[in-house]
Amino acid sequence: MTDPNRSGAVPHLVVIGAGPAGLAASVAAAACGVRVTLVDSAGEAGGQFYRRPAPGLRARRPQALHHQWRTWERLKDGLDRYVRAGCVRHLTEHHVWCVERRGEPDRGFTVHALLGPEQEGAAEVRADAVLLATGGYEKVLPFPGWTLPGVVSAGGAQAMLKGALVVSGRTAVVAGTGPLLLPVATGLAAAGVEIAALVESADPKAFVRQSRALAAQPGKVAEGAGYAARLLRHRARLLARHTIVEAHGTERLEAVTVAALDASGRVRPGSERRVPCDTLAVGHGMLPHTDLADTLGCRLDGPAVHVDDEQRTDVPGVWAAGETTGIGGSALSLAEGHIAGCSAAARLRGTEPDPGAWAAAARVRARLRAFSAALDSVYAPPVHWTEQVTDDTVVCRCEEVTGGAIREAVAELGAGDPRTVKLLTRAGMGWCQGRMCGPAVAGLAGCELAPSRRPFARPVPLGILARAGEMDHQ
Amino acid sequence: MSKRLTCNVVVVGAGMVGAACALYAGRAGLDVILVDRGPVAGGTTGAGEGNLLVSDKEPGPELDLALLSGRLWGELAQEFGEAVEYESKGGVVVASSPDGLAALERFAQGQRAAGVVAEPVAGDGLYDLEPHLAPGLPGAVHYPQDAQVMPALAAAHLLRASGARLLTGHTVTDVLRAPDGAVRGVRTDKGDIHAPAVINAAGTWGGELAALAGVRLPVLPRRGFVLVTEPLPRRVRHKVYAADYVADVASDSAALQTSPVVEGTAAGPILIGASRERVGFDRTFSLPVVRALAAGATRLFPFLERVRAMRSYLGFRPYLPDHLPAVGTDPRVPGLYHACGHEGAGIGLATGTAHLIAQTLTAKTPDLDLTPFRPDRFAAEAM
Ligand SMILES: Cc1cc2nc3c(=O)[nH]c(=O)nc-3n(C[C@H](O)[C@H](O)[C@H](O)COP(=O)(O)OP(=O)(O)OC[C@H]3O[C@@H](n4cnc5c(N)ncnc54)[C@H](O)[C@@H]3O)c2cc1C
Ligand SMILES: Cc1cc2nc3c(=O)[nH]c(=O)nc-3n(C[C@H](O)[C@H](O)[C@H](O)COP(=O)(O)OP(=O)(O)OC[C@H]3O[C@@H](n4cnc5c(N)ncnc54)[C@H](O)[C@@H]3O)c2cc1C
Repeated sequence: MTDPNRSGAVPHLVVIGAGPAGLAASVAAAACGVRVTLVDSAGEAGGQFYRRPAPGLRARRPQALHHQWRTWERLKDGLDRYVRAGCVRHLTEHHVWCVERRGEPDRGFTVHALLGPEQEGAAEVRADAVLLATGGYEKVLPFPGWTLPGVVSAGGAQAMLKGALVVSGRTAVVAGTGPLLLPVATGLAAAGVEIAALVESADPKAFVRQSRALAAQPGKVAEGAGYAARLLRHRARLLARHTIVEAHGTERLEAVTVAALDASGRVRPGSERRVPCDTLAVGHGMLPHTDLADTLGCRLDGPAVHVDDEQRTDVPGVWAAGETTGIGGSALSLAEGHIAGCSAAARLRGTEPDPGAWAAAARVRARLRAFSAALDSVYAPPVHWTEQVTDDTVVCRCEEVTGGAIREAVAELGAGDPRTVKLLTRAGMGWCQGRMCGPAVAGLAGCELAPSRRPFARPVPLGILARAGEMDHQ
Repeated sequence: MSKRLTCNVVVVGAGMVGAACALYAGRAGLDVILVDRGPVAGGTTGAGEGNLLVSDKEPGPELDLALLSGRLWGELAQEFGEAVEYESKGGVVVASSPDGLAALERFAQGQRAAGVVAEPVAGDGLYDLEPHLAPGLPGAVHYPQDAQVMPALAAAHLLRASGARLLTGHTVTDVLRAPDGAVRGVRTDKGDIHAPAVINAAGTWGGELAALAGVRLPVLPRRGFVLVTEPLPRRVRHKVYAADYVADVASDSAALQTSPVVEGTAAGPILIGASRERVGFDRTFSLPVVRALAAGATRLFPFLERVRAMRSYLGFRPYLPDHLPAVGTDPRVPGLYHACGHEGAGIGLATGTAHLIAQTLTAKTPDLDLTPFRPDRFAAEAM
């Protein structure tokens, strides 16, 4: 699998995604002597986790917002060193819209990207192997009022914090479910935002049931406890086993109604209360980005890319690491990225990789996968969340499709899965291609969320599509 | 096994063809049950486009069926128009060279004799019809009878109006037959349904259903990709495609080569479709195929260069070796009717097919001669 376009015989690995997984993979692969091109849509390396304040903001202590700043500095130094040495090329603002598997005789791959913030130019990179480290995206379930200005996703709030340093003096409610809510609330509080409530639908008793798996991760539990303690110091109210019922406001968000959940996961009548706020950060967990893998023909397990012990997908020459293979936090992404980088480099050089070389990372991976499986069983949206979606709640924001329209398609027109709901209502046909409303549509249709096929990971101008593959590869 | 169901007719397949059959049979006074293993429009009907074309058909039985179907679609439009996004927008077939234009006009001449309205359009008139077409095209033929619907909505609304009982999530596992060989109904994974007539509207899987009844019907998949753009204000008014005859005079019948059909939709996106390949049921994305669609569309409409493709999807057209559907009774199995194998025209041809089937079911003389569509016409051939 050598690149016919290069004179040297050094094999070429393209890593897509410069988050923790992609960075760890690039550094590991470069250390093993393969040529690496690291491609990311963002302007700087870091991914979701190491998103840093824009340099122009001259944040005095960005590390205050990051508890793993040292790891980041080590990775970043490693990357810089290999870039200077010419072993790694880092392409920023490259939005990959498709990875093409070239046929015989040359095999290999072509990575097709759109350039710049407007995504108008085109670039192609040829590779002997690709490593997908595209991370995940947030899942947000709808409720009445969720489209009001002032309602943001938990990740959106976090990005505001890390990227642009949010303005203080606001009153926020953080709601939904999942391990991200605590760090988001703590971060907002630290930036001077008053946290009126943290509303988590999970049942604290469920943590007790999972205590063994959780206790196996003392560091992680302590991290959570630390967040909670810091939050309480800011006098935030923690409401476990509660949910958002509605967001209120005319022009923008003014208040939310929260309510307690009963044992069956339904809103307990009479428990509703109104909490004034101007910001609502809401999130219901994360989902893996699988578009590029799916189009390459890689097998998916449920919502995630399937990989073996070496982080190989079932398509020869394609590795995957980090949250594209399952949501598990940055430390798991780092471990998987390291293993994937080592394996890919060895195999590209025609040698059988030695798993002993990554034994430590493999142990971390095993531990953290067990931990995140335990978290998954604890953090869950309310079982009956769809009851909160009124018929006039907009579910698909791009196409403005309501809960009522989706229910009608299922009950009266014979739709039975997200694809037929989409065909009969247009839910999921808009700009985001159902990334936002997919889980909600599946829930309202009463079926499992299956990743929908998106051959283009980004919308691509037809002129660029018409000439894809014709570029000169110097 | 749950309770036993009975009716006059069981339709297998909740695609466009099955839905139309349910509507026409129901309106002929029959009690219909429609079964599908998946949801409504979950098969090829939900994976294609909704062009109702006469323009692309040469004179012959398929064109006759298309003309009948077009009239019936026009009637249904009175009733369902908005709900199924019916638009009688007409088609424009563009020639890219003077020779091509001459050949296109000869083709149109033959169609006119069969009852097609085909109006010649000279160079400048073309830009009145379609202002954003590439400059310098010699001319075109305008087909006002071409129309379109949104297939999934059409199937769902026709089905709802049919009054048929709908059983989704029921897989037909056998065709029940009496000792004399006549159809008694179907067996599903959730129980038996008894009826003296069974309609095979299983589309690309129609061959498998025929096999359950012990007969051969060689329906095969033909893959097609469609490209969908971001929503735009209306800039493409008709269904537009380029036609050129292969200049290969060696063959006696010139094959019509078409570039992708470019059409605006009620909802705003432009659809560009569709490719044709025989690759079995291969769902792998093919960039070269989709690239060819994009190239064909941007050649016709240069403004599309900067318009973004949002997605691409694929489906498997049900085709029979002679490219005609199987429509009518199966002489080999009394009570078995076929309505499948419509290839790339099953949406357009659904109404005529269903009308003819309903006539046959109620012992009326069908409006068209069904001989060319006989389901047993392949019996002698090797598989
Ligand atoms: C609000 C929030 C708070 C969090 N808090 C914590 C925490 O406290 N502790 C913790 O351990 N984890 C936390 N996480 C999770 C952590 O961010 C992730 O686990 C980690 O970033 C995953 O790393 P990754 O490399 O797999 O993916 P990512 O960091 O998501 O990186 C993926 C990269 O791929 C790029 N990419 C994706 N698709 C394309 C494409 N088509 N073309 C080009 N580039 C592409 C993206 O731009 C991105 O840079 C938090 C996450 C969020 C959203
Ligand atoms: C890319 C593309 C573009 C197209 N463009 C056009 C166009 O512009 N105009 C046009 O007229 N046509 C077009 N077509 C063709 C058209 O889509 C088909 O001819 C039409 O959808 C066939 O409809 P159908 O009802 O026969 O089959 P389907 O819609 O496939 O329905 C068959 C149903 O039978 C069910 N079924 C099968 N076996 C069983 C079983 N054992 N038990 C229970 N249920 C079963 C299936 O689940 C399925 O729902 C296009 C096709 C493609 C792929």
